[in-house]
Amino acid sequence: MNAPLLAVENVGRRFGGFVALEGVTASFEPNKVTAIIGPNGAGKSTFFNVLSGVLPPSTGSIRFKGQDLTGTPQHRFVHLGIARSYQITNIFPDLSVHENVRVAAQAFRARYDIWTDRSRLPELDDKADAALAAVGLSQQRGATAKFLAHGQQRALEIAIALVAEPELLLLDEPTAGMGPEETKDMVALIEKLAADRTILLVEHKMKMILGLSDRILVLHHGRLIADGTPQHIQADSEVRRVYLGQNDGYA
Amino acid sequence: MTSQSSPLPVMAAAAARPAGLVATLTAWRVPLTILALCLLPWVLPSKALAVNVLIYGLIAVGYNLLFGYTGLLSFGHAAFFGAGAYATGIAIGQFGLPWFVAVALGVVFGGALAVVIGLLSIRTRGIYFSMVTLALSQLVYYAALQASSWTGGENGLRGFTVAKISLFGVAVDFLNPVAKYYVLMIFAALALWLVSRILNSPFGAAIEAIRENETRARACGYDVERTKLLSFTLSGLICALAGTMSALHLAIVPLDTLHYHTSGMIVMMTLLGGAGSFFGPFVGALAFLLMEDVISLWTSHWQIVVGSVFILFVLFLPKGIWGTALSWRAGR
Repeated sequence: MNAPLLAVENVGRRFGGFVALEGVTASFEPNKVTAIIGPNGAGKSTFFNVLSGVLPPSTGSIRFKGQDLTGTPQHRFVHLGIARSYQITNIFPDLSVHENVRVAAQAFRARYDIWTDRSRLPELDDKADAALAAVGLSQQRGATAKFLAHGQQRALEIAIALVAEPELLLLDEPTAGMGPEETKDMVALIEKLAADRTILLVEHKMKMILGLSDRILVLHHGRLIADGTPQHIQADSEVRRVYLGQNDGYA
Repeated sequence: MTSQSSPLPVMAAAAARPAGLVATLTAWRVPLTILALCLLPWVLPSKALAVNVLIYGLIAVGYNLLFGYTGLLSFGHAAFFGAGAYATGIAIGQFGLPWFVAVALGVVFGGALAVVIGLLSIRTRGIYFSMVTLALSQLVYYAALQASSWTGGENGLRGFTVAKISLFGVAVDFLNPVAKYYVLMIFAALALWLVSRILNSPFGAAIEAIRENETRARACGYDVERTKLLSFTLSGLICALAGTMSALHLAIVPLDTLHYHTSGMIVMMTLLGGAGSFFGPFVGALAFLLMEDVISLWTSHWQIVVGSVFILFVLFLPKGIWGTALSWRAGR
């Protein structure tokens, strides 16, 4: 067994008196796809927000490559190698598709430089083009991001995350709001990305998760109630009771 | 702004800039703006109006860096304008320093004030940010009012007339309006070049990203607060420079320079001309001051007319005069 890339120990998060996440312990090996499922309000998004530094955990610790992330400001996470996408499409709407990705790549190269001409940083242009090619948006590079189709905007968001060359990629409902065709494309993309990257994803589409994941974590009322292979999770009676039984997509 | 170093020069240029006239205007924005400023005293009704357009245009350009490009609505930029003006006046009048040292001090003082006000306000958002900047700039106003032994209080700061200056060994009669205009224009030109550089730079891309989507910019690895603070400070520095120019021009610093009316006027000029465009703020300052100049000839209630025009623009042409013209040319 490889050393874990990410180790979460007894992590909890409270909002006032409400406990959104409690006592979650799990570790994640490199180059695996892990899905996080659970009914609405189970704490999936809170878990993601804690893992990506948006929210500090109220209790517990997160170690990434052996380094404790407690107290690390959010903007540092991507520099350490953790990038994410959001449940609701989160791009730079009025910038061009290429500039969306270029400006993300630039965060690693020149953040406070006021003297260089930004058009004279060709390596960033190339990086952006490579990321766009990886998600299949090369044709749209000149378009304004807000005019892309929904599925293309989701792909653009993944390109923005990819250009950071993250070791850990967090995808929050990457197929939210997508039709069957777009979902198929997204699944193919995630499979391609999974070849040399650790991916955590939150999803609702059960068929997709069962086919895609090496491992599934199930959250319920902020607690981790199951953790195992897709076969193991399908057989788990507790999981069937709280989650799978309610889902029409699963049969 | 050629991109010869890019492996895809044609595509990169096409992606980055709208085609045709607008692209040309963008590429040549600094020389074209300076050319327009050179002609200004000869097309406007008075030389005094031209100097005012120069000064207020520069404040609006500085303000636009924060408002139009970073997306932060400050209601306190009169503080930096006033700080620059007062520091220059005090340096000349009370310490007898040469004018160019006074200008440098004015810019540094205004910039330092911008760092302080920025640090106190930048963590708040939206309307709270606007209110904090407004409150802090009013604090500066009342401090200037109280410290009357330094600032002259309600009477304003007087007694620092600069009659002659020596520029690279050439003596210039600073009481001659045309000579004064062109000397001040050199400072404005330098500031415009700096702002254009900033907008073309990676930092310029970072502030635009923050304006577009702060959450995403943070997730991309930008320290949003630090970037905003730097933008706030650069914007304050430009406004402070405009303040020092105003002090040299008027040879008096009225207390009203620091009043929130001035901040409001800066916002109006920027919006009227077009926030988020390079030349827009100058057009806004020109339109505002020209309306004031012309309309106040036949009524003292010129503000009613200017205010109505402003409201019409906000409602129907939110991109402002220049912004609307640009997007009309670009066919968007």
